[in-house]
Amino acid sequence: MSTMNFHLRLWKQKCASDKGEFIKIHATEIPSECSFLEMLDIVNNRLTREGKEPVSFASDCREGICGTCHMVINGVPQGPGRGAACQVYMRKFENGQPITVEPFRVGAFPIVKDLVVNRSAYDRIIRSGGFISEHTGGAPDASTSLIPKPVADAAMDAAACIGCGACAAACPNSSPMLFVGAKVTHLGLLPQGQAERKSRARNMVRTMQEEGFGNCSNYYACEAVCPANVPASVIAMLNREYIRGEVSEAIGAID
Amino acid sequence: MILDAKIPEGPIEKKWTSFKNNAKLISPANKRKFKVIVVGTGLAGSSASATLAELGYEVETFCFHDSPRRAHSIAAQGGINAAKNYQNDGDSVWRLFYDTIKGGDFRAREANVYRLAEVSGTIIDECVSQGVPFAREYGGELTNRSFGGAQVSRTFYAKGQTGQQLLLGAYSALSAQIRLGRVNMHENSEMLDLVLVDGHAKGIVTRDLITGEITSHAADTVLLCTGGYSNVYYLSTNARGSNVTATWRAYKRGAAFANPCYTQIHPTCIPVAGEYQSKLTLMSESLRNDGRVWVPKAKGDTRLTQDIPEEERDYYLERKYPSYGNLAPRDIASRSAKEVCDEGRGVGPGGLGVYLDFSAAIARLGEKTIRERYGNLFEMYGNITGENAYERPMRIYPAVHYTMGGLWVDYNLMSTIPGLHVLGEANFSDHGANRLGASALMQGLSDGYFVIPNTLGEYLSTQFGKKVSTDMPEFKKTETEVRACVEKLLAVKGNVPVDEFHRQLGLIIWDECGMARSEAGLKKAIADIRALRERFWKEVAIPGTGAELNQSLERAGRVADFLEFGELMCIDALTREESCGGHFRVEHQTPEGEALRHDDKFAEVYAWMFQGQDNDPELLREPLHYEAAHLATRSYK
Repeated sequence: MSTMNFHLRLWKQKCASDKGEFIKIHATEIPSECSFLEMLDIVNNRLTREGKEPVSFASDCREGICGTCHMVINGVPQGPGRGAACQVYMRKFENGQPITVEPFRVGAFPIVKDLVVNRSAYDRIIRSGGFISEHTGGAPDASTSLIPKPVADAAMDAAACIGCGACAAACPNSSPMLFVGAKVTHLGLLPQGQAERKSRARNMVRTMQEEGFGNCSNYYACEAVCPANVPASVIAMLNREYIRGEVSEAIGAID
Repeated sequence: MILDAKIPEGPIEKKWTSFKNNAKLISPANKRKFKVIVVGTGLAGSSASATLAELGYEVETFCFHDSPRRAHSIAAQGGINAAKNYQNDGDSVWRLFYDTIKGGDFRAREANVYRLAEVSGTIIDECVSQGVPFAREYGGELTNRSFGGAQVSRTFYAKGQTGQQLLLGAYSALSAQIRLGRVNMHENSEMLDLVLVDGHAKGIVTRDLITGEITSHAADTVLLCTGGYSNVYYLSTNARGSNVTATWRAYKRGAAFANPCYTQIHPTCIPVAGEYQSKLTLMSESLRNDGRVWVPKAKGDTRLTQDIPEEERDYYLERKYPSYGNLAPRDIASRSAKEVCDEGRGVGPGGLGVYLDFSAAIARLGEKTIRERYGNLFEMYGNITGENAYERPMRIYPAVHYTMGGLWVDYNLMSTIPGLHVLGEANFSDHGANRLGASALMQGLSDGYFVIPNTLGEYLSTQFGKKVSTDMPEFKKTETEVRACVEKLLAVKGNVPVDEFHRQLGLIIWDECGMARSEAGLKKAIADIRALRERFWKEVAIPGTGAELNQSLERAGRVADFLEFGELMCIDALTREESCGGHFRVEHQTPEGEALRHDDKFAEVYAWMFQGQDNDPELLREPLHYEAAHLATRSYK
């Protein structure tokens, strides 16, 4: 197996109020087959052996589904290629290449430490309406609602969102509308989601604004970086649903 | 202590109904007065939190992730079983029950498994009504696929992301309850100890992973939904953070640990490539619906796959198990892969791999259909290996995936500590010595949505007027002990990174307590683990302090627990002198190399009780009675 060398610039920042700076590390003898996060593991273990503090970064499943990992690699949220940062492999880089790694730069995602940011704003957006209110035990037999395959597939494509925050990190407006649109589309397409359809879009968009995120102005950067391939058309759906929600409220059709 | 499983009287089909008819109820006015702590937000934890909150209990939920949606249930790929018989292929509650008991090699508790099969259908109803986008036919009906160990198609799925969709369903139900103020959610909070008051579980001590703050939380009962311990092997398909800490610390407070040696080695994973590797990636078992497993007939055959003619290939699963073929259960498929590799017929670097070939399915169904069914898995494979599985076969090898063992629980899901309930993979109850594919999601959700809401009253109805608070000396004492434990780790000040110890522990356990186990090997492993543990406490390096986000410290605490737990696992494997399911003792095999059970001695659950750091654990036994599914030698031929 061949090895590679890289010139790394890694972001170090003790806490949200700290100023933060890049540290430079010449990472040598990195196996070409290892993943980007495994490369960071190697670097961190070397720092630890030298008695220095490693660079904090979040990761868990390391197969692109849990959405825990989040970082900007050479200017691209979640790094080059499709998938989350844990899906990036070192063979995609040139030997000797400089690599800059920094945290997501989004006002609504305050920095916790180094590359780790606080994305709890996304949970709060879901809590404001990203669900179907039903209670356990009250469900009718699953076969009573027929959902044609194209509709189920479109709902699934939207539901594939991993909630990683890359959409907001890629957007010049720090807009999470791909994330919000994905949930509104997923639930809005299904018969089960109809009862709360209008209030859902309105409530989620309002929470999104309260959290300090921006709106979409059609850059499509979110779609380009989304690890889960969520299409930007969900934002069009979100806009329609939101307007319906506001109008419904104005005429007193919803609370 | 005698283990009382509290199995209801009556024929197996009536047990759950009769339990529910006679169960202790808590009135709505009283539910508000009871507080429940739930640790973990995977399928079991999220579904239990949401459902108990809907019922009116005051729920406080903890997870070590930054969001409850990140729990490792999210990574389950293939599907969830349910005895709906929508396919009209002869499925029934009885068949799902029997397949699960047989798949578990007759080492699971009958009554629990029957209940699981019984509620399986309502789980699907529940999930559909939450908006889980299961795969559908063009006419709109739900569709199914087949999984290992079954001859019917009863697995519901959402592409290769079923776990993700089910978890997001439970997460959305949890989110709705958080919004209503009925669940108090604590993210970034790791449980580091269990607090007992008068011998009852009444709270936990947690560390805030961002600030390092150590705090106590009191309740009327505690639910552990903290998953399995596959990461004791270091390399597994589990997420990096998955750990044994919560259940291990509960064990050290008096919860019996049952069958720790029952681990599942999954047959279809991407082979290990190098020492730098941090985890292994599963390729869903559903791939065996359309993929054929083979190796060359000749040893050391290094020809390209297209140059190996059909008659020189050994489709060994189809040859050995004609009626189940490539869908033989996981333990059997894994062991067969090891066997052909040990014979020198393995493929790829190091000869540790077998082919999973889709060319026949692509020729039969077209690439488009295969892409629709498994597209994301093929993409994942291509990304990791740099190979295109549409053009050449995948290379796969078994890897640790799931642990059937866990804390012992009775029919009510209560452990040997009164008030401590254990749900999902963290308990031991439903899968015996081998879990069938698509049954983990079923069990997690069954425990959380349908079992615990009905069984919790049995305990809580005895707890009126027994409120505790974190001011009590029991809480202060446990908190002090947790602080001391953190300080002790930080005081080592060695220079060896935590990962190093974890990797070495993993190698010891994989070699001696993995797919094949022997008396000599297990004894050696126990000695090696003890030596490694000693080195850990002298040499581990943990830079930084305890009052901040310190990932080395988090990992060190978990690895310290794995270093203790690994020993118990080997002791259990050594004591169980038979082979069953995933536990294969080389001394006990049939002439054909299949697992050889000794039902006369070992048709029992082994549950271990902690007796202090320097003493051997005490062994408790729960006899397993097979009244409905009669003990039989498993055959998939």
